[in-house]
Amino acid sequence: MIIKGKAIKYGNDVNTDVILPGRYLHLTDPEEMVKHVLEDLDPDFLKKFHIGDVVVAGRNFGCGSSREQAVMCLKYAGVGCIVAKSFARIFYRNAINQGLPVVESPDAADIIDSGDELEIDINEGFIVDKTKNLRFSFHPIPGFIKKILEAGGLIPRLKKLGEE
Amino acid sequence: MTFAEKILAKYGGERQVTPGQIVTVSPDHLLTHDNTAAIVQKIQEELEKYGIYNKTFPVVVLDHVIPAASEKTARNHKIIRDFVKKHGIKNFFDIGIGICHQVMIEKGLALPGKLLLGSDSHTCSYGAVGAFSSGIDRTEAAALMLTGETWLKVPSSIKITLKGKLKSGVMAKDVILHIIGDISASGATYCSVEFTGNIKQFSVDDRFTIANMGVEMGAKNAYFPPDEITTSYLDQIGIARSSYTPVFPDRDASYDMELEYDLSNMVPMIACPHSVDNVRKVDEVAGIEINQCLIGTCTNGRVSDLQITARILKGKKVHPDVRLLILPASKKVYEEALRNGIIEILVKAGAVILPPGCGPCLGAHQGVLAPGERCLSTANRNFKGRMGCKEAEIYLSSPATAAVSAIYGVITDPREVIKT
Repeated sequence: MIIKGKAIKYGNDVNTDVILPGRYLHLTDPEEMVKHVLEDLDPDFLKKFHIGDVVVAGRNFGCGSSREQAVMCLKYAGVGCIVAKSFARIFYRNAINQGLPVVESPDAADIIDSGDELEIDINEGFIVDKTKNLRFSFHPIPGFIKKILEAGGLIPRLKKLGEE
Repeated sequence: MTFAEKILAKYGGERQVTPGQIVTVSPDHLLTHDNTAAIVQKIQEELEKYGIYNKTFPVVVLDHVIPAASEKTARNHKIIRDFVKKHGIKNFFDIGIGICHQVMIEKGLALPGKLLLGSDSHTCSYGAVGAFSSGIDRTEAAALMLTGETWLKVPSSIKITLKGKLKSGVMAKDVILHIIGDISASGATYCSVEFTGNIKQFSVDDRFTIANMGVEMGAKNAYFPPDEITTSYLDQIGIARSSYTPVFPDRDASYDMELEYDLSNMVPMIACPHSVDNVRKVDEVAGIEINQCLIGTCTNGRVSDLQITARILKGKKVHPDVRLLILPASKKVYEEALRNGIIEILVKAGAVILPPGCGPCLGAHQGVLAPGERCLSTANRNFKGRMGCKEAEIYLSSPATAAVSAIYGVITDPREVIKT
């Protein structure tokens, strides 16, 4: 699984209330949800963003509520991957179960700047910052989690297991 | 082994586990709330084919937007009631019974030594009675609904020893705000936070407040070792002692971090906008004008919280520029507050009593803020936009601080009023 995109960088403690505010939690239509992604953190996010781009952040990304919409809106928007110094644990699990790749790499999250061209290899466990010509490695994820990501999330994975 | 290691070894069928290890577990219960509709929609086909894992496993509580605030939420609730009937789910609590976390403890579903998962971040609350409990996402909940089984990573553990005794006017809420301010909103990420020390001064209500906010420092779970306070609480709600087996950490357990706090030095604390770890001593922010006070929620909506609120407001009036909202955590709390005359005191003082549920805490209804307004709340989160408006500010405090501040219309040190 290889992801290519530009970095869009934020700080520490990006919480689920700014990723998708509570006032939009009633939305179920992906297109409607996407219009408000990260709205309270960065109203210009969608203007800068291209499909496949990578959100890079500091510590504790996704802290706060367990709302799945926080992951869904990022996934529906087409975010390729999230790289952070660390993730809030519910968000991390949420992302895997929705099939959105998440990578914990304190070094990369420190050094990468907004606009850097990135290439991320989930299976091998490395990030290449092509703009800075740097390579960062991270612990590859366990096999059974890789299978969930490859299937596009936990439910598709279960369906597949059910069929097998 | 720490508490978390011991309980995950027990449920994972291992003699010994270490942090980082992944175990497969079958939790005792799965909690879902208004999000049950979204959860079951993910697995419609499978539910038709295989049904749910078993009828006593799920606990479904309607609490988030109750009574329904719109056609959309009403439809949602209807889908859930139909699902519950169709599958014969035993543990269903319709609107008005209480906030899901309070219901889990009050109904004896969360017990010492049990393992519970819930699709809500504040599921970590049940460490108040010595259970291992943690929040999960909806997709995981959907899978659990079908299989009853999932994986958990064994967390590292943090030991927090509470020494000394709290002074009058300082509450359990101040303790947890102090700790979060100290170690930050990510200070316990992925960790089991295990409390010990002079915890006898804390009732199950107080422990609930502290464990509830574990997730606000990133914790996977929080834990108070069960003692006679726990067992007498459980006796009181009619739980036979034979129905649970407490789990305790070993004496030689290895912790990633050990912290110690002297409670006798603690003072009332306020979490300032817009993060829970932006904590100040009350005298640093005293005098800030407020427009609304919210006392209650799953963090501070129990009888002891309402009792101190009533003690402060008895014979007084809420400041004319302040709306005081009271949110009892459950019907049981509400009934007891009615019996004790608490509700009458609060209503006479000018408070508005909300139905037992999540109310305005997550900004969906019943007390949403306007731009430029400030709310002093006893809830657990003050993120930007949390109470429905991103141009509003939320401060967090104990019920005592909120009640005193409601009288003066500005953030006020409760110790000025509570002298004894």
